[in-house]
Amino acid sequence: MQTSIRTPYDRVVMAVPVTIPYVRYSVESAQWWIGRALKALVDGAKITPRDIDGFCVSSFTAGLDSGIGLTQHFGLCVRWVDTIPLGGASAIAALRRAARAVQAGDASIVACVAGDTNHVDSFRATLENFSRFNQDAVYPYGAGGANASFALIARNYMNTFGARREDFGRIAVAQRANALRNPNALMKTPLSIEQYMAARPIADPIHLFDCVMPCAGAEAFLVMREDVAASLNLPAVKILSTIERHNAFGDDPVQVRGGWAMDVDELYAMAGVKPDDLDFVETYDDYPVISMMQFEDLGFCRKGEGPDFVRQHDLTIDGTFPHNTSGGQLSVGQAGAGGAYLGVVEAMRQVLGLAGPTQVKDARIGLASGFGMINYDRGLASGAAILAGPGA
Amino acid sequence: MIEPIAKPRRKNPLLRTRLPTSPPAPRSRASHGFTRAAAEGRFMLQRCGACNAFCYPARDACPACLSADLVFVDAPRRGMLLSETTLHVPADVHFRERAPWRVGLVAMECGPTLLAHLHADCAEGQPVVMSLQLDKSGQAVAFAHPERETPDMADDRQWREMTADPKFRRVLVTNGRSAVGQEAVAALKAAGASTVFVGIAEPWKPFRGEDGLRALDGVQIVPLDIGDEKSVTDLAADIGGKVDILVNTTEHVRAGGLLDRHGTSILRDEIDQSYLGFVHLAQAFGPAMRMRGADGVNSAAAWVNILSVYALANWPVFGAYSASQAAALSLSHSLRAELRPGGVKVANVFTGPLDIEWFQTVPPPKVAPRAVASAIVSALKRGLEDVFVGDVAEEIRQRLAVNPKAVERELGR
Repeated sequence: MQTSIRTPYDRVVMAVPVTIPYVRYSVESAQWWIGRALKALVDGAKITPRDIDGFCVSSFTAGLDSGIGLTQHFGLCVRWVDTIPLGGASAIAALRRAARAVQAGDASIVACVAGDTNHVDSFRATLENFSRFNQDAVYPYGAGGANASFALIARNYMNTFGARREDFGRIAVAQRANALRNPNALMKTPLSIEQYMAARPIADPIHLFDCVMPCAGAEAFLVMREDVAASLNLPAVKILSTIERHNAFGDDPVQVRGGWAMDVDELYAMAGVKPDDLDFVETYDDYPVISMMQFEDLGFCRKGEGPDFVRQHDLTIDGTFPHNTSGGQLSVGQAGAGGAYLGVVEAMRQVLGLAGPTQVKDARIGLASGFGMINYDRGLASGAAILAGPGA
Repeated sequence: MIEPIAKPRRKNPLLRTRLPTSPPAPRSRASHGFTRAAAEGRFMLQRCGACNAFCYPARDACPACLSADLVFVDAPRRGMLLSETTLHVPADVHFRERAPWRVGLVAMECGPTLLAHLHADCAEGQPVVMSLQLDKSGQAVAFAHPERETPDMADDRQWREMTADPKFRRVLVTNGRSAVGQEAVAALKAAGASTVFVGIAEPWKPFRGEDGLRALDGVQIVPLDIGDEKSVTDLAADIGGKVDILVNTTEHVRAGGLLDRHGTSILRDEIDQSYLGFVHLAQAFGPAMRMRGADGVNSAAAWVNILSVYALANWPVFGAYSASQAAALSLSHSLRAELRPGGVKVANVFTGPLDIEWFQTVPPPKVAPRAVASAIVSALKRGLEDVFVGDVAEEIRQRLAVNPKAVERELGR
């Protein structure tokens, strides 16, 4: 097994997993949602806003505000601030940056927050103004947004590796079963594989239940030193390892793997664990095909074996491979950049034993990943973290 | 396989006309290299001058070596369609009302991967041939065609959105007395135009070719004197709602520059015809065309001007005429911007001296009126914006790209 030369995240922990329950549409602003998350962090840690000296924020809909403007909005006086515009990879990146800042003493308590609102037209506006390449070379081609981009990736993956829609369906159906145990999930009704297969097409081969529902919401956590958490009596999550990679495998004509594949050995080496040691996995699931790719790229099976992997595993909370235990974005909803945090925050609850109805029995170690930013033809940003509870 | 389009039925005047909408228009400045190429029907990509790698989308530095020396060059058109999708629920109004809409990823033989609109006969895993087209917002987009010609391929629904094909459309040719006008009428009829209205000033005066025009099926001679505002508005009141393509074949050529003429009467005639005539036409026909840009198979589609290439560089032997053409050219750019919300294209067909009596003393090569007519049809079928007909026009185009000052000096010799 490869060994890691990176500095471990010793004596740095995460605490206070926060979810502000999602709504399909909100008349409130992104600032309102981020504010609710900050309040929940402060209340959860029994601290005051003045105790927060680091602030890391991600949002697509905060308009002109970046982290610095938001410090004044929320009355935070911090000595470390970051704004992370990495879409679905924002939570992993926030965790990595905040952990190193705390480790170096640049900040003591960092609030990591992602929040987005969803006005009636804000999703389309986000699509239209996403990036220069998107503006020049994607949006004018049918204005399909992420659905179109992932349809092309999914179609190519199916052609190349023999995946069928039913295989993607197994991921979506299992997540719906998990979501029915999560009171905060927007999807409240069961989903059968027959219903999945019969759904209306959105952008072939993407059908309705392959798509996340854009919504409003916020997610957050704190990063601090282990002794600070102990002094506050906060259950603490250890960071065993993280990876992050951008614009990997640019020569692949169509994306068949994400940046995880480049760094997966490092991920497990730093954590000192094997894929088999994990009690659950929270992948970034903007579409099932991306979760399937992650099963391969994160080392649970080889490239091309994703379809077989999902046929041979039960992906529900009590199954052989508990996956996206909250229901994931596919069934909870995608609260903009909050979608990046969903799996990380759920993983924190799992290893702390705080997941309530979605709790995986005896979960001690888990993996959460991120993926984001379809700039032109592929997702550019990827990341993953292995987290452990106090008993691990 | 393409289902051939059917000839549209007579429009029910009680039904609402569907209003035009535009596909997403914003582009980066670098991206307008594609706009220039598409306007002329060329296929160009950025290539790095330092490492020769092609790249896409448009960049400001080479992703292979970071050189800033990225140049738009004519590029090989062949690629392979790797993956396709049919969009059923697009996010914006324009594509939503045109759904299902098909796009795909094309791996070019020269390197980059292009997201492209697909002709219906393109198949996954098969070779395709690319072009750059101007869409209904006037911006360049990549379009993938099947490698070989297929039956009725010009009737493809997505392709027709990129073009102004005369098939089943009604055309007004503004001057039927000229040889170019008469050739244009014949070429447009041959291209499938359902009706060609032909403007004739003072129609009681006989003219050469009249019998030929009157003998053509689906050709309707209408009174039109474009120098006379009332004549133009009268005609527009009559047929303005059914002109899908307007071909401005105004021709008023007189030799001479400034010093050999006394007074301004000849210049005024030139301006009346070339410039104010254009103004009259645009004001009378433009608004209705802009409204009808999404009006079905025979929606309003294009406005074509025949301009002298000396609109781009003054030729003092025909100095005042060149200036009148330059004025019309400038105005055409205004018209283009104003018709864009309707998705109606403005094509300028630039010609060298025509083989007509007004250029009698000019040595060859001269452009046959029939060549102008086929260039008009070709521009409409391919959706072009800038077309250069004949060797003289093409030479001026190339020389202007290199050194406009040299062109000025040499034309003034």
